[in-house]
Amino acid sequence: MNATAATPLLEMKGMTKRFPGVLALDAVDLDLREGEILGLIGENGAGKSTLMRILGGDYPADGGQILLDGGAAAISDVQDSLALGVSVIYQELNLAPNLDIASNIFLGREPGAYGIVDTKRLYARAAELAGRVGISAPMTTLVEKLSPGEQQLVEIAKALSMDARILVLDEPTSSLSPAEAGKLFEVMRGLKQSGVSMIYISHRLAEVEQMCDRVIVLRDGERAGTIERERIGRDEMVKLMVGRDISRFFPERHEREDASVPRALRSIFPPTVLSVRDLVYPGGKAPVSFDLRAGEILGLAGLVGAGRTELVQSLFGIEPKLGGEVRIRGERVDIRSPADAIKAGMGLAPEDRKALGVILEMPVVENISLSSIGSYNPPFLDRARETRVATELVEKLDIKTPGLDQLVQFLSGGNQQKVALAKWLGTSPKILILDEPTRGIDVGSKSEIYKLIRELADGGMGVIMISSEMEEIIGLADRVLVMHEGRCTGTLDRHEISEESIMHLATGGAQA
Amino acid sequence: MKKLLGMTLLLALLAIVISIFEGQAFLSPGNLHNLLQRIGLLGIYTLGAGIVILSGGIDLSVGSVIGFVGVMVALLVTRGVNPWAASALVIPMCALLGMWHAFLIGRFKLQPFLATLTSLLLLRGLARGISGGASQTLDKGCEAFKQLGNGSFAWIPIPFWILVGIALVLGFMMNFTVYGRYLYAIGRNEDAVRYSGIKVNRIQLLAYVICAVLAGIAGVVELSYIGEVQPASAGLMYEMWAIAGAVLGGCSLRGGEGSVLGVIVGVSLITVMRNGINLVGVNTEWEWAVIGVVILGGVIADAAYKLRAAKRVKA
Repeated sequence: MNATAATPLLEMKGMTKRFPGVLALDAVDLDLREGEILGLIGENGAGKSTLMRILGGDYPADGGQILLDGGAAAISDVQDSLALGVSVIYQELNLAPNLDIASNIFLGREPGAYGIVDTKRLYARAAELAGRVGISAPMTTLVEKLSPGEQQLVEIAKALSMDARILVLDEPTSSLSPAEAGKLFEVMRGLKQSGVSMIYISHRLAEVEQMCDRVIVLRDGERAGTIERERIGRDEMVKLMVGRDISRFFPERHEREDASVPRALRSIFPPTVLSVRDLVYPGGKAPVSFDLRAGEILGLAGLVGAGRTELVQSLFGIEPKLGGEVRIRGERVDIRSPADAIKAGMGLAPEDRKALGVILEMPVVENISLSSIGSYNPPFLDRARETRVATELVEKLDIKTPGLDQLVQFLSGGNQQKVALAKWLGTSPKILILDEPTRGIDVGSKSEIYKLIRELADGGMGVIMISSEMEEIIGLADRVLVMHEGRCTGTLDRHEISEESIMHLATGGAQA
Repeated sequence: MKKLLGMTLLLALLAIVISIFEGQAFLSPGNLHNLLQRIGLLGIYTLGAGIVILSGGIDLSVGSVIGFVGVMVALLVTRGVNPWAASALVIPMCALLGMWHAFLIGRFKLQPFLATLTSLLLLRGLARGISGGASQTLDKGCEAFKQLGNGSFAWIPIPFWILVGIALVLGFMMNFTVYGRYLYAIGRNEDAVRYSGIKVNRIQLLAYVICAVLAGIAGVVELSYIGEVQPASAGLMYEMWAIAGAVLGGCSLRGGEGSVLGVIVGVSLITVMRNGINLVGVNTEWEWAVIGVVILGGVIADAAYKLRAAKRVKA
């Protein structure tokens, strides 16, 4: 090994990892140069996280070699990895929510002696690190009181406190607002200036394009390719990730001004399925009114915390409304619980899929039938019908599962989301509410889910879709309702939808 | 299913070991009859506790309910009420108690542990207070009623028949009705079930009512079996036996796991174990320690198996 300037800071050679029945990594090579931000992308299950968990000492590798500065590095547990200056920040943060910022940064390594913490030094050193990553909250703030973005920064400060030279960020922006993400990027640029090398995993290709000096793409546990700075672009990345061109990422929209409908009828056709008037809901700052027509996809845009989730949860009866009127197909409804909502013809696929959308330890078939089985032949379990319905829906939604009895926890994120959607389709809803339907889902499945949503709308369903991904709203929604801090700041018609118009309203601007 | 198989094998192994040492006594018709009787007595309320555990909750009031029901029925009987009528009067009160638990848990979001702990104290205190702490004995006129705990039908003790009847009803409910499906689902993820439009409170109510009513029935059978009731000690610690039996039978305290058949296997394990300890001649003062160690072994084996399984699928 000749240690010339060209020697990468980190090399992983021929990394192999086998899980029962799956070859998660098949002789993958990765190199990280001094002071660069390396993008690591790939669909879910491509092996990104596995590779980084090996680097972080979380998993042992079955084969392969790790070189740091050209010399072999033995990483067998997390301590080894940290000692070598490698810090991996996983998607699920490892913070103690009930401790303050300073204590979290130095957890287990508090300055002091004989078990007595030198509090003064603790806070002084924490403040210094916090300054480097731009944490503005006082060091005595409990971590649970921080926003996801600030918590992320605490993790980074913690890594810096251990003199990390290599920082791995696994989907750091998946729960951040655009503003918070922007701040994180600023911090990342600052760290890069000071010589920290980073590996950045993300599903958000625009961010990768913006931040990374080089991109390595994994596909099915193999390295699919490397993209140098000047060639980094969405099409190139998607092509390598899925191994084919996605010519049409979003399904085609059908003209809503249907020429076959006589002009005089266009104002009442297609019919309004949901009509909300002066809805007052827990968490809202002002009453909201809007209509949803059959066959329409209404985008609900806004920053994280704008009150979109609270609005739809209130419609769905989870936190019942405090005032106002809701009509479904012209009929006044009083929805006090999700059970009422389902009776009225509504379905809601919540944002937190694993905690609320599906039951991970339950088979696919029982998840799909959960909302509808009570109506088959109560109080008895109609297993024959259950199997029939589930089989049909698995086929229709192209859910990839070895069988109906497979536990949902073993499916990929995209397929879990399809199971959550299948559950609602089983109830034949007139209105389907989707809260961040593609969060954390790989590109291939995303496109399938978009197609499905469009098909459902074309079939006459009214769809409300909350999304924090701008391109999703722009690519899919027929109309957009924008919210800002608990208020509806405007509605955009099809021809008015653009990144600028949405951001303008989402940041509190007035509608033109 | 694997767990159930493992526990059944353990039961068989235990029976074989005891037979090797004390075969004559263990396999004598009298002892087997006695075993079935005790399995029946323990099984009735353990099934109720198991349903609650399966739904993700816990009911600590079981033992106090058994004591309270015994005292109330006995008090009514000593005042001239027919024992059957007295039982028919007291058991519906247990249903109300179950509703009360579900109300505290569903409406006030109390933790099931606390909600039922208060009942454990309250009912024991009521039983002792109302009776003045004096033990109540069923008099001579109650011979027919005493058959409930002591009689047999086709050689099988009546408490065991009662257990079989209850197990069939609950088994049907758990496997062939939507309530069973919902109970399992709630035990696994209550929030997801609520988001799926199921009235979680009602299903929890069902579980706690079943548990309290079965404890009430067990209280009546226990009274009939012993023929008297000590307000301070009747049913004392029974909730712990119920939890131990349910867990040995495959219920997880995290909820969502368990079966009627499993609970009966768990109850049989405990009963055979206690019987074996007596027969082999271990001083009864050691009984709890031995059972504690066996349960510990069982849950550790299960946890180790699960950890291994989880490692295998972690991808």
